[in-house]
Amino acid sequence: MSTSTRPADPAAPSLLAGTVEQPTFGESVNNWVRKVRGGDMGSLPAILALLVLVLGFFALKPEKFLSALNIANLFQQGAVVTTIAMGLVFVLLIGEIDLSAGFTSGACGAVLALALTKLDWPWYLAFGAALVTGVVIGTLLGLSVARIGIPSFIITLAAFLALQGVVLLMIGTGGNISINDSVIIAIQNKNVPPVLGWVLGVLAVAAYAATSLLSWRGRRSRGLLTAPFGLVILKIVVLAVVILGLIGVLNQNRSLNSNVSITGVPIVVPCIAVLALVLGYVLTKTAFGRHIYAVGGNAEATRRAGINVKGVQTACFMICSTMAAFAGVFAASRATSVDPNAGGSNVLLYAVGAAVIGGTSLFGGKGRIIDALIGGAVIAVIDNGMGLLGYSSGIKYVVTGAVLAIAASVDAISRRRARATGRG
Amino acid sequence: MTEPAQANPQGRPPILEVRGGRKNFGAVHALRGVDLVARAGEVTALVGDNGAGKSTMIKCIAGIYGFDAGDVLFEGQPVHISDPSEANDMGIEVVYQDLALCDNLDIVHNMFLGRELKKGIQLDEAAMEARAAEVLASLSVRTVRSIRQHVASLSGGQRQTVAIARAVLWNSKLVILDEPTAALGVAQTEQVLQLVRRLADAGLAVVLVSHNMNDVFEVADSINVLYLGQTAAQVRTKDSSRSEVIELITSGSMSPVGAGSGPALSKTTTDSANGSTPA
Ligand SMILES: Nc1ncnc2c1ncn2[C@@H]1O[C@H](COP(=O)(O)OP(=O)(O)O)[C@@H](O)[C@H]1O
Ligand SMILES: [Mg+2]
Repeated sequence: MSTSTRPADPAAPSLLAGTVEQPTFGESVNNWVRKVRGGDMGSLPAILALLVLVLGFFALKPEKFLSALNIANLFQQGAVVTTIAMGLVFVLLIGEIDLSAGFTSGACGAVLALALTKLDWPWYLAFGAALVTGVVIGTLLGLSVARIGIPSFIITLAAFLALQGVVLLMIGTGGNISINDSVIIAIQNKNVPPVLGWVLGVLAVAAYAATSLLSWRGRRSRGLLTAPFGLVILKIVVLAVVILGLIGVLNQNRSLNSNVSITGVPIVVPCIAVLALVLGYVLTKTAFGRHIYAVGGNAEATRRAGINVKGVQTACFMICSTMAAFAGVFAASRATSVDPNAGGSNVLLYAVGAAVIGGTSLFGGKGRIIDALIGGAVIAVIDNGMGLLGYSSGIKYVVTGAVLAIAASVDAISRRRARATGRG
Repeated sequence: MTEPAQANPQGRPPILEVRGGRKNFGAVHALRGVDLVARAGEVTALVGDNGAGKSTMIKCIAGIYGFDAGDVLFEGQPVHISDPSEANDMGIEVVYQDLALCDNLDIVHNMFLGRELKKGIQLDEAAMEARAAEVLASLSVRTVRSIRQHVASLSGGQRQTVAIARAVLWNSKLVILDEPTAALGVAQTEQVLQLVRRLADAGLAVVLVSHNMNDVFEVADSINVLYLGQTAAQVRTKDSSRSEVIELITSGSMSPVGAGSGPALSKTTTDSANGSTPA
C-alpha cells in the first residue's frame, strides 16, 4: 500500500490513529441523547411502550397479569409472531416486504402435520420437510423479486392468496389435522427442567459478559474507540437481571391444580433465543449481514462494490420464509393441530407490526433482530393484557392497528428528521 | 513498443497508456481515437466540454464497457480490461461522480464494502477500523470526528474523502476521480484538491476529470484535452496557459497565433498515434 508507507505529518498527529480520546460515561449518555434527538431512536419507543403497558396492565389486573402462569402464556402466545417478525427484519432491511409470511407458516405447518400423520414420518423428518418447504417458497419469492423484478408487494400478495389456497387444498375445507407427536407438542407445551433453566441462563449471561468484556479489552488495547467500562458493565447487569429474573419467575409452580406442578421456562423460549442469536450473529458479525444493510442503504453502490445484490435479496427472502416455517411448527405445536386458517387472520400483520414497532424501518437499511423480540413482546402484551381485561377481539385489533400506525409514523418521522440532521 | 520519451521529463514510466481508444454506442461514436498517459506521482487532468467523452473514457478504462478498438498498456504491458473487478485486481480504482456510498453504514464499513477483512467467517472489525484510521491518517484527513459515524452525517467534502480513501485502501496504483469537486463549496473543494495532490505525492497515478480550470491548474501536472470524442492534446501544465487549454477544449486545436508555445505540446494525438504499433 503506497500511501501508508508515507509517514504521517508529524506536526499534526492524527486524531484517528492510536490516540483516541475515550468517551466518559456521561459523554456516552449525551451522545446517545443527541442520537435519539436526531431521529435515531432505535427500540426506545418500543421499550417505553412495553414498560407503560406492563405497568398499566399490572395496575389493572395485579393478581393475574404478572403471574408466572400469565408470563409463560405471554411467551407461548408471542412465539409465532416474534419468529415470523425476525425473518421479516431481513426482508424489511433490503427495503422489501413479504406479505405471504403468515400463510407460508401455515403451509409449512400443514406439511409438518401431513408428514407426521399421513406419512408417519418421525418428528425430525417432518420438521425438516416443513423447513424445506419454507426454503423453497422463499427461493421462489426471492427469485421473482431479484431476477424477474416483480415488486415484492405484488408477488408476495400473490403468494399470500396462493398459499392460503394450498393450505386449504392440503387440509380440506373445514378439516383439521391433529398432531400427536410428543416432541413437536413439547415445544410449546412442555418446559425446560428448572435446574437446566438456571444453568442455561447463567451460561448465557456468562457468555455475553465474557464476549463483551473480551471485545472491550481487545479494542482498548488496539487503541480503538470503546464504550466506557461502566456502560459495558451496566448492559451485562441489565441482561442478567432480565434473564435470571424471568427464569426465576417461570421456575415457580404455576399450576392451577394443586395436585400437579408446572414449572420451568417453556421450551419454545430457548428455541427462539437460539434462532435470534444465530440471525443476530449473521446480521452483525458477518460480511453477508453487512451486505444486507448495504443493499438496503444503496443498492447501486453495493453493486459497484462488487457485491451480488440479487443473491443477497434472494437470500433474505429465503431466510424470511424459513423463519416462517419455524413459526408454522411452533403454531402447530401450540394448537396441537393445523387447520386451514393456520397463519391467517392477524398473524402476518402482527409480525410486520412487531418488527416495525421494535424499530425496524419500512424504508430499508435499518433494523435489528432485537427489534422483532421487543416489538413481538409489545404485541403479545397488548393482546394478552386486553384479553385479561375482557376486551373483545374487535377492540384488540383496533388497538393493535393503531399501535402499528403510530410505529410506522414514528419510523417515517424519524427518517425525515434523520435526513434533516444528517443521520442515516 | 515505442515509449514517447519526450512526454516524460521526469523519466518515470507511465502506469497507464491508452492509444487510439475507440468506443461506439450503436451509431454514436462516443470515442473516436483517444490517447492518455498517466504517470505515477502525477495528477493527469482529463478535461473537455460536456459530452466530449470523459466519463465514457473512464468507464472504458475501468472495465465497465471496454474499448472497441485501440491499445491499453498498464505498466507497459498490453491489457484487456473487460470487467470492473479485473481493473480492481490490477490496482485501478475509480471514484464515480455519484460517489456510491451507503448512507446507513459507517465510514469503516463503507471503505471496506465488498472487500471486508475477516477472521474465519466473522468480520474483523478491529483490523478494519485500525486500517481505515491508518489510511485516513496517511491522507492527513483530520476533519472526521469518528470513523464509526454513518456517512449520512458527513459533509459533501468528507463524503468525497471517504470515497477517495476507499479507493486508496487497496494496493491501488491508479486512482481515477470523475469530477470530485463538482458538487462542493470553496473550502471543501480546496480540501479535496489537496487530498488529490497528496495521493500523487504518495506515488499513485491520479487521473482527475474536471470542468474547472482553476482546479486543473492548481493540482495537475499534465492536462489531457478531449474534443468531440478525440484527444486534442496532452500538455504539461507548467508549459501551457489557461487560454491555450480553453482554446483546445472549445476548438480542438491551437490557433496559429499561439505557435510559439507549440513545442510545449509534449504529446498530441498524432504523436501518440504515430508512436504506437498495434501489438
Ligand atoms: N451508454 C451510452 N449510450 C449511448 N451514448 C452514450 C452512452 N454513454 C455516453 N454516450 C454518449 O457519448 C458521448 C460522451 O458522453 P460522456 O462520456 O458522458 O461525456 P462527458 O463525461 O465528457 O461529459 C455523449 O454524446 C453521450 O451522449
Ligand atoms: Mg461526465
